Amino acid sequence: MTTPTTDDSWTVAGRTFRSRLIVGTGKYKDFAQNAAALEASGAEIVTVAVRRVNVSDPKAPMLTDYIDPKKVTYLPNTAGCFTAEDAIRTLRLAREAGGWDLVKLEVLGEARTLYPDMRETLKATEVLAKEGFLPMVYCVDDPIAAKQLESAGAVAVMPLGAPIGSGLGIQNRVTIRLIVEGASVPVLVDAGVGTASDAAVAMELGVDGVLMNTAIAEAKDPIRMARAMRLAVEAGRDSYLAGRMATRKYADPSSPLAGLI
Amino acid sequence: MTDMLNLTVNGEPRRIAAGASVADLVADIGLTPAKVAVERNALIVPRSTLGDVQLTDGDVLEIVHFVGGG
Repeated sequence: MTTPTTDDSWTVAGRTFRSRLIVGTGKYKDFAQNAAALEASGAEIVTVAVRRVNVSDPKAPMLTDYIDPKKVTYLPNTAGCFTAEDAIRTLRLAREAGGWDLVKLEVLGEARTLYPDMRETLKATEVLAKEGFLPMVYCVDDPIAAKQLESAGAVAVMPLGAPIGSGLGIQNRVTIRLIVEGASVPVLVDAGVGTASDAAVAMELGVDGVLMNTAIAEAKDPIRMARAMRLAVEAGRDSYLAGRMATRKYADPSSPLAGLI
Repeated sequence: MTDMLNLTVNGEPRRIAAGASVADLVADIGLTPAKVAVERNALIVPRSTLGDVQLTDGDVLEIVHFVGGG
């Protein structure tokens, strides 16, 4: 008998999703490839950025022409913002442009590592929550910072597995696990996943989901990698729910010793 | 001769006839209002009021939309 995984949904700020994979929409060759990768990933949420329209080419194709915001949940981000003020301004515009209050907050500390500035992040979380936003917050893999964000109104905490775009995989499983154990909001690993096994590792730690962009977009075959990520997230989740075997120091034969000839 | 207003739109200078509203500007650029958000002098102009807000000389406008991002 197998345990069905189809009803293993997760809920953030009252919204329920089946897929535990959130994908970005940056760095793709074109919108068509992006849309095909999204389809293969099975993701129900995509992150999007807010930028100036090209006033000199107003009829240029737009993301919304390829990925229908009525079918896929758009999660506007604050990528590129280095202060709470900039991030808040960006998300106010995003809410006006799309009408969504579920947002991804990231306030960066420096360009080289794109590590979050937690002081600004916390400040922005408080303001956004007061203004009725539902911020899912990119953060350091620090269990105390995660709790502070939760108290400030984060509807999900999203610790990095490794720096944005690095593809280094989950660098500190212990802190990610501590965050999972201490959180009462969903925890998603955001950033650092490079390949499918990294996504499985994250899910095996008990996180509610994984958010990634570059690992899919910069794969040689992004559509195939999107599928691999879907399967890895499902496999990691199942593995976590199944409960892994204990480890031993030495071998333990799988075949019975009794009845040996 | 019609008076012209000097605006800054997404960091670029732009001129429009006096009396124009934010909605007129969006149409003048060739954008679909439903796909963009407009900020005028650092304050959001709600989409429902784009037609009611008159532009004034020296206004700084930001017009944004969603693009791919992670």
